[in-house]
Amino acid sequence: MADLDPEIAKTQEERRKMEADLASLTSLTFDRELYGDNDRDSYLTSIAPNDEEDPNLDTTGSLVAQRLASYTAPRSILNDVARAHSEEDDGGYKPRQTIAEREGDYRNRRLNRVLSPDRVDAFAMGEKTPDPSVRTYTDHMRETANQREREETMRLIAKKKKEEEEAAKVQKESGAPPLPPASSSKRRNRWDLSEEDGGAAKKAKAATSDWDLPDAAPGIGRWDAPTPGRASDATPSVGRRNRWDETPTPGRVTDSDATPGGGVTPGATPSGVNWDAATPKGLATPTPKRQRSRWDETPATMGSATPMGGMTPAAAYTPGVTPIGGIDMATPTPSQLNLRGAITPEQYNMLRWERDIEERNRPLSDEELDAMFPAEGYKVLDPPASYVPIRIAANKITGTPTPMATPGYLIPEENRGQQYDLPPEVPGGLPFMKPEDYQYFGALLNEENEEELSPEEQKDRKIMKLLLKVKNGTPAQRKTALRQLNDKARELGAGPLFNKILPLLMQPTLEDQERHLLVKVIERILYKLDELVRPFVHKILVVIEPLLIDEDYYARAEGREIISNLSKAAGLATMIAAMRPDIDNIDEYVRNTTARAFSVVASALGIPALLPFLKAVCQSKKSWQARHTGIKIVQQIAILIGCAVLPHLRSLVEIIEHGLSDENQKVRTITALSLAALAEAAAPYGIESFDSVLKPLWKGIRSHRGKVLAAFLKAIGFIIPLMDAIYASYYTKEVMVILIREFQSPDEEMKKIVLKVVKQCVSTEGVESDYIRSDILPDFFRHFWVRRMALERRNYRQLVETTVEIANKVGVADIVGRVVEDLKDESEPYRRMVMETIDKVVTNLGASDIDARLEELLIDGILYAFQEQTNDDTNVMLNGFGAIVNALGQRVKPYLPQICGTIKWRLNNKSAKVRQQAADLISRIAVVMKQCGEEQLMGHLGVVLYEYLGEEYPEVLGSILGALKAIVNVIGMTKMTPPIKDLLPRLTPILKNRHEKVQENCIDLVGRIADRGAEFVPAREWMRICFELLEMLKAHKKGIRRATVNTFGYIAKAIGPQDVLATLLNNLKVQERQNRVCTTVAIAIVAETCSPFTVLPALMNEYRVPELNVQNGVLKSLSFLFEYIGEMGKDYIYAVTPLLEDALMDRDLVHRQTAASAVKHMALGVAGLGCEDALVHLLNFIWPNIFETSPHVINAVMEAIEGMRVALGAAVILNYCLQGLFHPARKVREVYWKIYNSLYIGSQDTLVAAYPVLEDEQNNVYSRPELTMFV
Amino acid sequence: MQASDRFNINSQLEHLQAKYVGTGHADLSRFEWAVNIQRDSYASYIGHYPMLSYFAIAENESIGRERYNFMQKMLLPCGLPPEREDD
Repeated sequence: MADLDPEIAKTQEERRKMEADLASLTSLTFDRELYGDNDRDSYLTSIAPNDEEDPNLDTTGSLVAQRLASYTAPRSILNDVARAHSEEDDGGYKPRQTIAEREGDYRNRRLNRVLSPDRVDAFAMGEKTPDPSVRTYTDHMRETANQREREETMRLIAKKKKEEEEAAKVQKESGAPPLPPASSSKRRNRWDLSEEDGGAAKKAKAATSDWDLPDAAPGIGRWDAPTPGRASDATPSVGRRNRWDETPTPGRVTDSDATPGGGVTPGATPSGVNWDAATPKGLATPTPKRQRSRWDETPATMGSATPMGGMTPAAAYTPGVTPIGGIDMATPTPSQLNLRGAITPEQYNMLRWERDIEERNRPLSDEELDAMFPAEGYKVLDPPASYVPIRIAANKITGTPTPMATPGYLIPEENRGQQYDLPPEVPGGLPFMKPEDYQYFGALLNEENEEELSPEEQKDRKIMKLLLKVKNGTPAQRKTALRQLNDKARELGAGPLFNKILPLLMQPTLEDQERHLLVKVIERILYKLDELVRPFVHKILVVIEPLLIDEDYYARAEGREIISNLSKAAGLATMIAAMRPDIDNIDEYVRNTTARAFSVVASALGIPALLPFLKAVCQSKKSWQARHTGIKIVQQIAILIGCAVLPHLRSLVEIIEHGLSDENQKVRTITALSLAALAEAAAPYGIESFDSVLKPLWKGIRSHRGKVLAAFLKAIGFIIPLMDAIYASYYTKEVMVILIREFQSPDEEMKKIVLKVVKQCVSTEGVESDYIRSDILPDFFRHFWVRRMALERRNYRQLVETTVEIANKVGVADIVGRVVEDLKDESEPYRRMVMETIDKVVTNLGASDIDARLEELLIDGILYAFQEQTNDDTNVMLNGFGAIVNALGQRVKPYLPQICGTIKWRLNNKSAKVRQQAADLISRIAVVMKQCGEEQLMGHLGVVLYEYLGEEYPEVLGSILGALKAIVNVIGMTKMTPPIKDLLPRLTPILKNRHEKVQENCIDLVGRIADRGAEFVPAREWMRICFELLEMLKAHKKGIRRATVNTFGYIAKAIGPQDVLATLLNNLKVQERQNRVCTTVAIAIVAETCSPFTVLPALMNEYRVPELNVQNGVLKSLSFLFEYIGEMGKDYIYAVTPLLEDALMDRDLVHRQTAASAVKHMALGVAGLGCEDALVHLLNFIWPNIFETSPHVINAVMEAIEGMRVALGAAVILNYCLQGLFHPARKVREVYWKIYNSLYIGSQDTLVAAYPVLEDEQNNVYSRPELTMFV
Repeated sequence: MQASDRFNINSQLEHLQAKYVGTGHADLSRFEWAVNIQRDSYASYIGHYPMLSYFAIAENESIGRERYNFMQKMLLPCGLPPEREDD
């Protein structure tokens, strides 16, 4: 043994040497020849995309940037290409996309969550002490606490390291020559820049604009709580929203969110190194861009990444977080890289595999080594003194047996029955398996003998089969599988079911449809399992909670429904126990979803039940996260249930009111936001409940700045409208000082809130117009009515709304007077904003306030703005012009020549859009022109428009026709220039135009002329038009077809029915069904307008044509005809009866069907007019058809019988019915009972007199003796 | 169910039966139908005041008594149901 020692010593010596070499490599000593003598400190370590990084850059921007980073072309192009490609591939179906791909980083954090092991059902246990092997609530709480503590420690360690490094650096640099200041002020994110020089300057600069500075952590996201499904900032789509305080997603540095309590809050740290200040050093930029190479990132990132690794026994990541390995890990390992960016599902899968492999390759334990090595020839050495063992929480090494992490369903090594290059064949009856499904359903591929399996395995197999059918199967398979799962839920057991379903839902490659189906499975079995779900509540929540923040409305609704059912099944106590640990989870994502889930529980089980718990949470002393989440729950409740909060308003406000003075800023913010949500939900009631918070709120706005102030203002904005007028006025004046001060805030979010609050304050009753005029307007216009506001859509909208609201108070003149000059501004978006505002103000309030001078300015302005517009797809200018001219009415008269001049000039413009707008403008101001008595001018315009009928752009032509129509409508047929007789022939060829807009406007105009001025046009021209109109019956738009059919009526009235009818009857021969149907309608209309007797002979004669289509057309015309003429039908019923007789006996089903519907209309029309004889005769022809099975025929027949019931009385039909009600053949009985039932429903009371006399039987009295009574 | 039934009111026969007690079906027995008829009749007598007063005069009873009697008769208008032979 002893001779071994020197040998070992030598080996150790060698290794130490090698390690030293390695160490020098890892500590980055550079080859001086290659890199020169320069210290690498002067290199740029990262390149910011824009030189001067905007510290205010919101996370939305960076999100977009992050996602874009992986593309090489503009997304729009890529999307286009992708769509074209996929259309080829899957026949035009929407390309399938997994949920994970669709969602942003924040939402994908759901994949980081762990399906915690089952918990014991405290209720089922009774009084027993829980078995130590099962997990109880205590265990879970303890684990959560441990995790929090670990996170904190990691962060502290990382921070300390950083500080030390800093100190060393400072020391080193104090000897080195100082960096040139010019360069240092430009370059950001230099990890080596010391606090003293560049960094400090940078920080000071940031402090002026970055308003979340005080608490730096961009956590607790979305304080304006995107209400799912609410209008304002409804869609919580990650891409667009301006989440200025969004939590960093896993791709970024995660830890700022988790700032532990007050202890480490920035200002409090004595060293002055805080998380925010760390930014310039490149440690934790709140919103790092992904493309920035962060090779110098410290392992602090890794620390925060643990929750993800925590999913599995994360041996792999632990070195990263421990202080040893982490510090000089310059190159990130692949797995680290993965953690950083947006991770694709494939990468997730890879990660999962990797973790699995690493679990198998974990370090060997002493026992294992002992067993492996021979006892002799080896010596067990003591670890070196410097060695610090890697400490991993015990629960991590053993690995909780979550289905996620365990490789339970991977195909065992021994099973060689697989083909590796071909997709394995799925055993009989099972649907196709996608590659990613093998992980879950692989076991089904093993051709094992089912009998050999244990009952448990058989059960598992059964569940898997059913789930696979639900997930991938055909609709029929899915349906049966769902039903089976539903029926056998209790038999299969909650455990096996959820252990299979829930991991599937965590699958990163899941698609919307699959998720929907699986969620449906959960919903079904929830009903069945009832209290058996208790141990799985948390697991279910982990997979369902993400649905609550899904961008899809239906997913959100689905999620709410499940959680609501779950809470009803499991009960409040279990729900609280399951969710309590998540309330102060370090991950903001978890807290956010938990708060939403809690609000659903509250709405399901009632707010009062949850109040005591909420109260306790909101007052939690232990962590601000708990308080924050508690208050957020209140906010979510308000958002979710709306005015139903009213009964509990006071208690809810009491629960959260202390949050306004909380030591943590985020808690103060969320409290104010919750109050805003409560006030919004309660509006217009409940001001008395807010009494207690008024003072802190109003005091708060004086002491706070930045986003807290914004939140407070928002709350105030929602509370003021609830107040009585007198208080509202007082409080508005109080808050207005602050609001006016904040007018000049450069922050976009603050701007929006200020605008909104101003709108809310101003619209309140008690606020006087004088006050607004003198105190608000000057600053308001100075700060908000600037060009920049027109550039962003939301600002634009909000500003217009607020200004309109102010105008409602102070009147038109004030507002319009202030902005009218801006109609001539040089910026077009700004002009458009002005125009829209004036439009809305004038539409609301009229133009009577506008004096002569202003009127002049206004007309001048709108003319200028209208002429100068370059692109206006939203028609703002056009609408504004129209609204203003209409509001001014006769006062426009002096300006009309000028306006018409403009229009005429623009009608001649080269650009089609300009011509179209000019024509549209004519149709808008035609009425006003008539009011002003400018008929001559209109006539002139008519001629001009007439000349432009050769227009080639259909959009423009449509507008020109519309303008002509407006003029014709206003000045009438006789005064129209050009005269109608010239105009109409010019329109005939235009009827051929296939463009919808042209067709619609043209047929309207022609119809108008046919209606009012048919006599100006020769009959021949009308006939020509009739032929053109037949073509119009093919139009897709219903409005066009209806206008056409009506026009037939007008024309027939003008020139007599004969010719028109001949045309129409000929048209019955065409093949196209829609055309024939419309023709029949037209015939009926002609008959109606010209009296039926002018049409019926020709129509009935046409029935003799031995052609199905024609005969059916005739019958259909009759049907419509009798529908339209109603009781006039009594004069014609005997005339058409022989024809209907024939039709009802025809072999052709459609004949009988159409005849039956004609009979129905006829019967309904002549009810009570003494035509019973004919109707009974027809009923005898109808009745044999009751056994028809074709749906349309039987419907028509039944409706005819219903019609007969109305016309002949229920008794007659009952007598027809009685013969079959007890017929020996079941098929017959069924039909007769069906008729009886509809008869009964229709005239229950009438039947009493008509029921047959039934004979008494031995014990039963069936007769109705009362009916035989006689006085 | 026939294909045609999908479109009309009979498609929800069960629903219909629940809503209108008096509706029938192919397996309705004479007794059940008669019960419906009787009840409908009594309901109708009670609902039409002239009918009620007519019966009252004929039976020399007060109208209220008559109404009460009719309502009582609605309980088992045809006596106990006969034994089912096929059971």
